[in-house]
Amino acid sequence: MLKLEQAVITQDDFSLRADLSIEPHKKYAVIGPSGAGKSTLLGALCGFVPLAHGRLIWDGRDITDAAPGARPMTMLFQDNNLFPHLSVMQNVGLGLRSDMRLTADDRAEVESALSRVSLADMADRKPGSLSGGQQSRAALARVLVQARPFVLLDEPFAALGPALRNEMLDLVQQLVTETGAALIMVTHDPKDVARIADEVIFVANGIAHAPEPAKELMDNPPPELREYLG
Amino acid sequence: MALRAFAISTKTGIGAAALVVGLILAAVCAVLTRAEFGSGLGPADWSAIRFTVFQAAISAVLSSLLAIPIARALARRQFPGRGLLVTLLGAPFILPVIVAVLGLLTVFGRAGWLNMALSALNLPTLSIYGLHGVVLAHVFFNLPLATRLMLQAWQTIPAERFRLAAQLDLTPRAVFQSIEWPMLRQIVPGTAALIFVICLTSFAVALTLGGGPRATTIELAIYQAFRFDFDLSRAAILSLVQLALAGSAALLALWIIPSVSMGGGQDRPRQRWDARGGVQRIIDILAIGIGALFLLLPLGAIVTRGLAGILLTPASVWQAAGTSVGVAMVSIAVLLVLALPMAGWIATAKRGSVEAVGLFGVAASPLMIGTGWFILINPFADPVALALPVTALVNALMALPFALRILVPPLRDTVQVYGRLSQALSLTGWPFWRWVALPRLRPQIGFAMGLTGALSMGDLGVIALFADQDRTTLPLQMYRLMGSYQMEAAAGAALILLALSLGIFWIFDKAGRMNAEA
Repeated sequence: MLKLEQAVITQDDFSLRADLSIEPHKKYAVIGPSGAGKSTLLGALCGFVPLAHGRLIWDGRDITDAAPGARPMTMLFQDNNLFPHLSVMQNVGLGLRSDMRLTADDRAEVESALSRVSLADMADRKPGSLSGGQQSRAALARVLVQARPFVLLDEPFAALGPALRNEMLDLVQQLVTETGAALIMVTHDPKDVARIADEVIFVANGIAHAPEPAKELMDNPPPELREYLG
Repeated sequence: MALRAFAISTKTGIGAAALVVGLILAAVCAVLTRAEFGSGLGPADWSAIRFTVFQAAISAVLSSLLAIPIARALARRQFPGRGLLVTLLGAPFILPVIVAVLGLLTVFGRAGWLNMALSALNLPTLSIYGLHGVVLAHVFFNLPLATRLMLQAWQTIPAERFRLAAQLDLTPRAVFQSIEWPMLRQIVPGTAALIFVICLTSFAVALTLGGGPRATTIELAIYQAFRFDFDLSRAAILSLVQLALAGSAALLALWIIPSVSMGGGQDRPRQRWDARGGVQRIIDILAIGIGALFLLLPLGAIVTRGLAGILLTPASVWQAAGTSVGVAMVSIAVLLVLALPMAGWIATAKRGSVEAVGLFGVAASPLMIGTGWFILINPFADPVALALPVTALVNALMALPFALRILVPPLRDTVQVYGRLSQALSLTGWPFWRWVALPRLRPQIGFAMGLTGALSMGDLGVIALFADQDRTTLPLQMYRLMGSYQMEAAAGAALILLALSLGIFWIFDKAGRMNAEA
């Protein structure tokens, strides 16, 4: 269980309050108007944005001040999820060892992750020579080897076409189901919510609301959410 | 609550910066102990100060003004060889001063090509020595720099503005007033300030073309006080004057100096619709033609004369060449050790003002640092024995501000784009350098190494203070040959020096860019 307790995130004159819990093995969609602070919320969970007040608790441990790499989560950003100068193998390998000293076992693990995302024969390629979908798969392979209990997606597939995006979301869904990780994804699209999410975190007017079951919320949205959904 | 640590530790960077400041401050303190202020500044010293400021001001104004028509022509004309010419504009920056001086002497000297032509026409001949020689050489070095800076500024003007101007059928005068003048007003003062600062600490040009009571720079006066009179007190006082003068000028200039982009893209002209025929065309042809001749004639002179003299070069030249290559390599190594951590610190710092630390190297003149360290070393060891290490170190310090200007912007980008990803993967400290920063910056690192190597290779400064017959670099050896009127051998040495400087630059720059990923 990951808990944001009485958290306040401030950036310049923007502020976001959050008091919510994320449970393991569940899939959350974060929705809300643009500029409401969806990415900021994920950034705060991941340790890129400091909390002005409040605490972040994971299984009873206070990880408010932990470095991003030391948290139980892995995040895919909107872009730049791969180092363009490193091979796919190296990019994925960094998820296992940040000093890149890969043992034979490590390499085998990277290779099996790559074949899980159908990139087995792309290990030595650089990201620049892959298609957009393949780049996303490579990043997902790294998420797989990192094997953290929480996977955060900040719209990493936004640049892909609709069909490819759905394919990626399905793949993500399969992967987190296999690994048992919780998924927290930012999205604009109510269809994504219906496709994946168990719960919805609605972010608007400076508040990140506590998660509510997706189906009930979307079928019967409160006024603010109805206004956003249009 | 503090922001979480960046991917780069700032400790080593601050340490390297402290070392740089410490090395320079130690020299200043050493100089201070020897300065006997009772003696004050003599009339000769005042005239050196006046001359230094005067020649730097004229050189700066002339270079900046002459660069305008050349940059304007290059920005709007397309012709075969344009790319090569723009590339050659970068050459004087890594051209050893002493080599350029020999080239200028061949063209403009007493028995040079220009005077031969003049006397053939029964016109009075010109002398290159004194103020106009010093200014001529400074313009030779800085006109191309100014042209590049302005060309770069011209090319940042959005093409849409020129398209609009074409649509409105504006006259060349109106285009100049509405589009080009506002840009020039921003870029010209900074360019002139940069050249002014560079010329303030000019030594080798003044040594070879100046001299005498009426054409001595402070830097040259330090050398003379040190070398001929061994008057440490006077050298010390002059060093302090130089530090105050160049330091305050550099600090003032810091705020207006444009960023020196060494990147590509300048060889591609924008499509322009206002490049008309007629008078405009003639003006452009003249600007490019005269500019190219002024740059190419001395370069050509070095090559033709050097080829003739290369067989006459004594063994001492080859020996000095070997020494120089060694000094250059040590310089490059020292530069990397200092510049990379400092760049890391500056790139992650919130305030850009820490970049000023790098400028410290410009403000402190090489001869002042040399004098200071001579005084420091003297009680413990023979400074002459340490001539080469001190030269390598000072050369690295001189190259440091340029290296920082080259390394910091791409490193800042890298931290911005890949910083979060690196942190999420716990890539910090050495792994971050090893797997992210160094591979991303390889082209710039290669460029900075090449630049440092070439600058060090061609430097005639500190080594002139310390050296004896046994320990000498190629530029100094060449200067000695010129001093003893062995001009053919000197020309041969010049060609070797030119080839080595350009070669070192080319090899490192090429190695950096080879297989570099976008």
